[in-house]
Amino acid sequence: MAARILEMVDIRKQFGHIIALSGVSFDVQAGECHCLLGDNGAGKSTLIKTMSGVHVPSQGEIRVGGQAAHFTTPRDAMAAGIATVYQDLAMIPLMSVARNFWMGREPQKGIWPFRRFDLETADAITMQEMRHMGINLREPSQAVGTLSGGERQTVAIARAVYFGAKVLILDEPTSALGVRQTANVLTTIDYVRKKGIGVVFITHNVRHALAVGDRFTVLNRGKTLGTADRGHISAEELQNLMAGGQELAQLEASLGGTV
Amino acid sequence: MANVQTNEAPRPTLPKDERVKELHRLHKALIRPELGATCGTIAVFVFFMVLAGGTQMFALEGVMNWSTVSAQFVVLAVGVCLLMIAGEFDLSLGSMVGFSGMIFALLVMKLGIPVWAGILLTMMLCASLGMINGWLVIRTGLPSFIVTLAFLFILRGATIWSAITFNRQPVVSGVGEVAAGDPIAWLFGGEAFTGLFQWLGQQGIIATFTKGTRMGQPVVSGIPMLIIWAIVFVLVGQWVLTRTRFGNWIFAAGGDPEAARYVGVPVARVKILMFMVAALCAAFLGIEQVIEFGSAASDRGIMKEFEAIICVVIGGALLTGGYGSVVGAALGAIIFGVVQQGLFFTNVESSLFRVFLGSILLAAVLANTYVRRMITGEK
Repeated sequence: MAARILEMVDIRKQFGHIIALSGVSFDVQAGECHCLLGDNGAGKSTLIKTMSGVHVPSQGEIRVGGQAAHFTTPRDAMAAGIATVYQDLAMIPLMSVARNFWMGREPQKGIWPFRRFDLETADAITMQEMRHMGINLREPSQAVGTLSGGERQTVAIARAVYFGAKVLILDEPTSALGVRQTANVLTTIDYVRKKGIGVVFITHNVRHALAVGDRFTVLNRGKTLGTADRGHISAEELQNLMAGGQELAQLEASLGGTV
Repeated sequence: MANVQTNEAPRPTLPKDERVKELHRLHKALIRPELGATCGTIAVFVFFMVLAGGTQMFALEGVMNWSTVSAQFVVLAVGVCLLMIAGEFDLSLGSMVGFSGMIFALLVMKLGIPVWAGILLTMMLCASLGMINGWLVIRTGLPSFIVTLAFLFILRGATIWSAITFNRQPVVSGVGEVAAGDPIAWLFGGEAFTGLFQWLGQQGIIATFTKGTRMGQPVVSGIPMLIIWAIVFVLVGQWVLTRTRFGNWIFAAGGDPEAARYVGVPVARVKILMFMVAALCAAFLGIEQVIEFGSAASDRGIMKEFEAIICVVIGGALLTGGYGSVVGAALGAIIFGVVQQGLFFTNVESSLFRVFLGSILLAAVLANTYVRRMITGEK
């Protein structure tokens, strides 16, 4: 069994009297894609923000590489190798791909006061990393706004991987995408996983999850309902777990297929 | 920093997308944020060459005249441009021009502080006021429009009050005599390259006075320091914005502060610093005008904040931040200066120039919107 790089043990989180997470256990291994499924309001966002250091859990433990970790800011999580790609906050559309790629970590050259942004290096590496990810840029100065939604997610993933992420958390990367773009993002996830990075793929789409996932954890009403390995669970079972009841199964029978 | 991984096999690249149109080189050269301002500048020059061709407007003296006025706009526009790209406004900058000049003149004339110390103290005071503006905007989360609108009134009121209280009139004069011989005051007023112009006059290359006490002296005795400064401001501003890490942070802070914060850009610090830079540009202009004219007037700088914002918008900047160009803003300032001074060189009804200025503004902004959509893929 591969090493667990990130473990969440019985995490609870309360905001005032609202219980957002009431016992979440979850772990990520190197080189796997662990799908986290849940319907709207199941606590997915809270869990992501807890993993990425935005929220501090009220109870429970986060372990990185077996060691207990306490994240108080997103920077702490980033320093521990946990990168999060948010659905719509990943990129700045007005800025170029290269400028987005290096944002906050721009390479520099020259001596102060003439120290400057090493655009040549930045452009060259951006082009190369984008090629690895299968995106043909016209030029590195192309604005992110000219890219499709799937390509933007891919740039954000490439950025996280390049800067040494060990765990990559993807917040509903496919929910706003078309069929072809979704396929591209799923291919990217597969590519990233093969590099030994643990991917947490958050989605409410069972088919997207089954297409790429190694393990599946369902979150419902702030609780994890257990983890299943690939091949041991069907789309219908996942769907029912997410819905938390039998109503959907009956509905599905009359619709004749997965939602 | 991670190493470049070269030994890795690239993922099979996708076939070239037939919908990504190859761009023509000329098209690429034209599609720049400054396109609207460049076209506007050309239009303004053609317009005045036709209408004012027979006047002194394009003789050396005339050129110096409108260049100096343009330079005043440029100095302020550079600061406003950087602040606007960082996603904020400062409506108090016009009041800051009047305020800094008045404080400087009072420090020098009423407290007897040496001119160089007066300049430094005024700069520090204005930078702190910029910092307060920025801090209030960041801390309260209020729009910078409201916070700086308050300062527009506070600073203007303070300027008039301090002039009346300490000098019993709204104007403080006599600074010119005091500034003469000061170690740094010459940087703010006067002219550069006077020797060169003297020589050019002697060679008969440029016009000289033919009678009076200055007979034989060139009519234009040098390049006003303000023009030199304006060029320096534009070059430094453009370099910082497009060629440094900090410039990338300015774009990021204005483009999407939340996304920038997630990747570790110190957004609050960048914005507050830009408020300070804009305030310093205003203070620079205020002090320069006092040294140039020899007096401080409490009504100086009125409407300057709006004129500077117009320059910047003509120059291709987005009002909501994250996009713009210092060179474009400078071109916008030149349009403003040329049109304003063109009034004095032609006998065309002055109200028509406002129509012309308004049309240029509209045309430039329409062109900018189109260009920006081309570049950024905005919908």
